[in-house]
Amino acid sequence: MNWGWIPRNIDLVASLTWEHMVLALVPVLLGLAISIPLGWLAGRTRIARAVLVPVTGLLYTVPSLALIVVLPIVLGTRILDPLNLIVALTIYTVALLVRSVADALAAVPAVTIAAATAMGYRPFRRFVSVELPLAVPVVVAGLRVAAVSNTSMVTVGALVGLGGLGRLFTDGFQRDIPAEIVTGIVLVLALALLVDGLLLAIGRWITPWTRVGAGARVRAGAAA
Amino acid sequence: MNAVIAWLTDPAHWSGGAGVPVRLLEHLWYTALTVAIAVVIAIPAGALVGHTGRGGFLVVSLANSLRALPTLGLLVLLVSFIGIGLGAPLIALVVLAVPPILAGTYAGVQAVDRSVVDAARGMGMSEREILLQVELPNALPLIIGGVRSATLQVISTATIAAYVGLGGLGRFIIDGLAVRDYPQMAAGSLLVALLAVAADLALAWSQRLLVSPGLRSVSASRRPTPAPRPAAERPAAA
Repeated sequence: MNWGWIPRNIDLVASLTWEHMVLALVPVLLGLAISIPLGWLAGRTRIARAVLVPVTGLLYTVPSLALIVVLPIVLGTRILDPLNLIVALTIYTVALLVRSVADALAAVPAVTIAAATAMGYRPFRRFVSVELPLAVPVVVAGLRVAAVSNTSMVTVGALVGLGGLGRLFTDGFQRDIPAEIVTGIVLVLALALLVDGLLLAIGRWITPWTRVGAGARVRAGAAA
Repeated sequence: MNAVIAWLTDPAHWSGGAGVPVRLLEHLWYTALTVAIAVVIAIPAGALVGHTGRGGFLVVSLANSLRALPTLGLLVLLVSFIGIGLGAPLIALVVLAVPPILAGTYAGVQAVDRSVVDAARGMGMSEREILLQVELPNALPLIIGGVRSATLQVISTATIAAYVGLGGLGRFIIDGLAVRDYPQMAAGSLLVALLAVAADLALAWSQRLLVSPGLRSVSASRRPTPAPRPAAERPAAA
């Protein structure tokens, strides 16, 4: 394999990696922002859940390449617009997270909510400072799945000429440079691992109470 | 949009070797073949792991790490080693279809109530009978869940595999792109989306037919929270 390709193209690889990060992570943030109100709605009313869960599940089944190609009709964008990819990945993120958010909110113990109400929390404050923080571990688990699959799905955009590390696949294939393809695969895997670890760390950092007094239990669990 | 409808309603696009019916059959053929191979590999392996409880961690990590693997990269890499043809895409598709079924089977067998297994053993069933007549039927919902994920993954990836010369509905997207024929690309995409949704619904329906009704009522009454779906629920990448 022609490994000399890597040092000669290090600038290209660096800029594609950066592009890839942006294309993968912007949809995760957008998806999270959309999923919280939708998940809240799905958890609150039976009708909203009966509509939202199947609809998002249906969107989830649409293959990514098909979604990227069809979106320009809906959005009025050009086929080469990165917005198509960002919207497609946001849709997948929302499809995954709405359920996580709804389940996580549903799992908040009723006594906790009652205690917060008794302490004088109004519904909105209670949601933001009691229910949402308690939902964080489950939401973060869903977010990690979404971020990792987004990171690998960005590469599909290369088929319609969009950026990111997928370009190393199409270019390496057309010019028959296996080293270029392998570089792309390894970098995508590394990025996915990095993003996954980062989200895990953030999730732990913003929920310090899950560790207080639970240290012994966690260690026992890990040993088992 | 009108151009897309015009493309779809043009009779010329519905006949011949490159027409919609032929491409649809090709797509279905690749999907059925791959999922069948993956089922033959993954269900026995997953059942063994679930029954013995050994290697479970490996199965779950495999299914999870698959999400991070870019399918387009895997496809072009295999083709650049093996060459154009059915072989390389088929291997890639099987590689992607095995982990969800493996994880579903493992999770399903492993989650069977221990008291049920003990009762079967107490009745004098052999380990083989326990696996085939007790554990696998009980695990069926999660096994079919795994097959559903795998099928969606394969339909999706087979579309992408048109880039490396495979037939199927993806051809309309890739060929349309090459000649800047957007209506053809969009029409192909709509057909792929419809196929995926139809396949998913068909499998959901088969789940209702195949799973023992007794199991359904038990899972409804005894498990208030929905059973955890297999780790690789979403066909992940592709």
